[in-house]
Amino acid sequence: MSARDEIFASLRRSLHVSGAEGPRRAAAESRLRENPRGVVPQRGNLPRAERIALFKRMAESAFASVSIVENARAVPAEAARWLRDNNLPATLRRGADERLADMPWRETAVAVSEGASDGHDLNGVSHAFGAVAESGTLVMTSGADNPTTLNFLPDNHIVVLSADDLAGDYESIFDWLRARYGKGMMPRALNWITGPSRSADIAQTMLLGAHGPRKLHIVIVDEGTGLL
Amino acid sequence: MSVHANPTSPHFKDNAHKALGDPQLQQAMGKLRIGFTAARAASAARLPEFEALRDSARDIKNHTLANLDLYLEAYEKKVVEAGGHVHYARDAAEARKIILDICKEKGAKTVAKGKSMISEEIALNEALDAAGVRPIETDLGEYIIQLRGEIPSHIIGPAVHLTKDQIEAEFRKAHTHLDKDRNLEEPTSLLAEARGVLREKFLSADIGLTGANFLIAETGSSVIVTNEGNGDLSQTLAKTHIVIASLEKIVPTLEDASQLLRVLARSATGQELSVYTTFSTGPRRDGDPDGPQDYHVVLLDNGRTSMIGTEFQEMLRCIRCGACMNHCPVYHAVGGHAYGWVYPGPMGAVLTPSLIGVEKGGLLPNASTFCGRCEAVCPMRIPLPKMMRHWREREFERHLTPSVQRAGLGAWAFFARRPALYRLATRIGMGALGFMGRNKGRFSKLPFASGWTQMRDFPAPEGETFQAQWKRERGGR
Repeated sequence: MSARDEIFASLRRSLHVSGAEGPRRAAAESRLRENPRGVVPQRGNLPRAERIALFKRMAESAFASVSIVENARAVPAEAARWLRDNNLPATLRRGADERLADMPWRETAVAVSEGASDGHDLNGVSHAFGAVAESGTLVMTSGADNPTTLNFLPDNHIVVLSADDLAGDYESIFDWLRARYGKGMMPRALNWITGPSRSADIAQTMLLGAHGPRKLHIVIVDEGTGLL
Repeated sequence: MSVHANPTSPHFKDNAHKALGDPQLQQAMGKLRIGFTAARAASAARLPEFEALRDSARDIKNHTLANLDLYLEAYEKKVVEAGGHVHYARDAAEARKIILDICKEKGAKTVAKGKSMISEEIALNEALDAAGVRPIETDLGEYIIQLRGEIPSHIIGPAVHLTKDQIEAEFRKAHTHLDKDRNLEEPTSLLAEARGVLREKFLSADIGLTGANFLIAETGSSVIVTNEGNGDLSQTLAKTHIVIASLEKIVPTLEDASQLLRVLARSATGQELSVYTTFSTGPRRDGDPDGPQDYHVVLLDNGRTSMIGTEFQEMLRCIRCGACMNHCPVYHAVGGHAYGWVYPGPMGAVLTPSLIGVEKGGLLPNASTFCGRCEAVCPMRIPLPKMMRHWREREFERHLTPSVQRAGLGAWAFFARRPALYRLATRIGMGALGFMGRNKGRFSKLPFASGWTQMRDFPAPEGETFQAQWKRERGGR
């Protein structure tokens, strides 16, 4: 008997089932099909402007910094300012995302290179799939547009987020993922990021910059809401 | 021989004695007592739905366990559809062999490891070393204890028992290629040094191995939760990603995973969410510039399917947050290593006898004051004290309890079943003790109670039993 068969046999013996029971199968299949929502905290259930404010507050409490700009064309200047203010070299690495490619990087002094990171890039910029106000969490999807290595290898990470893609809760993000990739389908890697990397493994003292980015800067593009 | 193959759990009493006399350990544990508990309480208080989420999390796991065969089938199907491989391991030896075979097939020299308690449970590092494959622990705490040749003393803070100075000494000993006069005074300089040393290893590792906090049946995804990003570097940079997980990590849907994620970090560190929550589904896709080319999942049973249907089934709800040990007065006093095997604290006291046998792990469920704080903070509402009591019963039934203790329990039971005799005996006892201690009000020595009086005085009773007082008070009304 194979290990697989023996494990299933042991499991079904303990559960007193054969695995062929119709109602059990129907219940499991329906849960997988309908993906019912559980308890969704009301914290993120807010009108747009307040949702953005909550996201900013939560991300900052996780030690990210957050700026809001009026349109996508303003992103390069904001990225250049942040690099300058943090005494970082004016270099950035990005993926093939068209939203990033269309930004006027040449109007700044920032030298932008393209592709995944091999571990030698000091600064990276990515575009988020979305974000969650409830916990100040960015949602990143893998692929050529925004390579996963850029989320982890550069010392400093700038992430651009469109305010339209900011959800109140994780469950809304799941709906958007299903709309993009299909029910039951996922990108290879889905990275939720809440602040820069940290560790408390040395004498229970929280320190930033363990293995991932030491600094995380979020630029929210918020067009036409009159917030500014 | 290592603690994996030869647990020191049967020597819990000696271990605990040594731990109580270890000043560095006591210094480290003093900090933990305050930090984790305050952080959890604050984060639970910030979320009005926290208690409802605990109920929801418990119900999801109960439902999943009751239908685990079906969700396992669904999960397996999705992993294969995404181009991954699923392996089943009945026990630790089988799991080690599967992983070693993959290493051999890939010609691997090094394995970068994210933090995994299952890898500890199956003693993977020793097996890799023996086969000439170098395991590199990349979680900072795991890296530190790997340098020291220790096992984790806490399931989420493996090096929580060490002081900063001990870690500095270890780094100076291990990182001999660095300037020996370098300044490592600040914890940040230790962190920077580990980051530099491990970065090279991430980039050159042949295989990335991680555990899984959850496996999602709906999508075939494995989920890891970290604060450092080490698990992500391990699994993203290597050509092959191996996930090692026990089979009860399955949850049905993404929505179910988010219910559990909402209680996990809050219960563990008091964070709203850990820094990195990563859902991995299969290997690199067409057009992907990064990510592993092969994706393997090793599902471990190791006795878990036999726990289902027993009084220990509820233990399989555990999501390994560590809240039970963070709130345990026994754990606070002796630390994790005293428990003698992979899982310490209250969750370890229940799980260890299940996994290595009550003969070896039977002392652990006795290392409890039954104060109930572990159950009060467990996000999955696991009745840990009740299960420790079940183990004590089993231990007693199997005559594993020491004879003095058995005799004591027998004598107590004799009187407890005879209320009149019990009242008489206690009245005489309390009267005598009250009379003897009437001057000082305390005893510095008592027969059969040296374990107590060695460290502190025993207060003298008032001379009258509670029942007698109760009768008098009530009778007077």
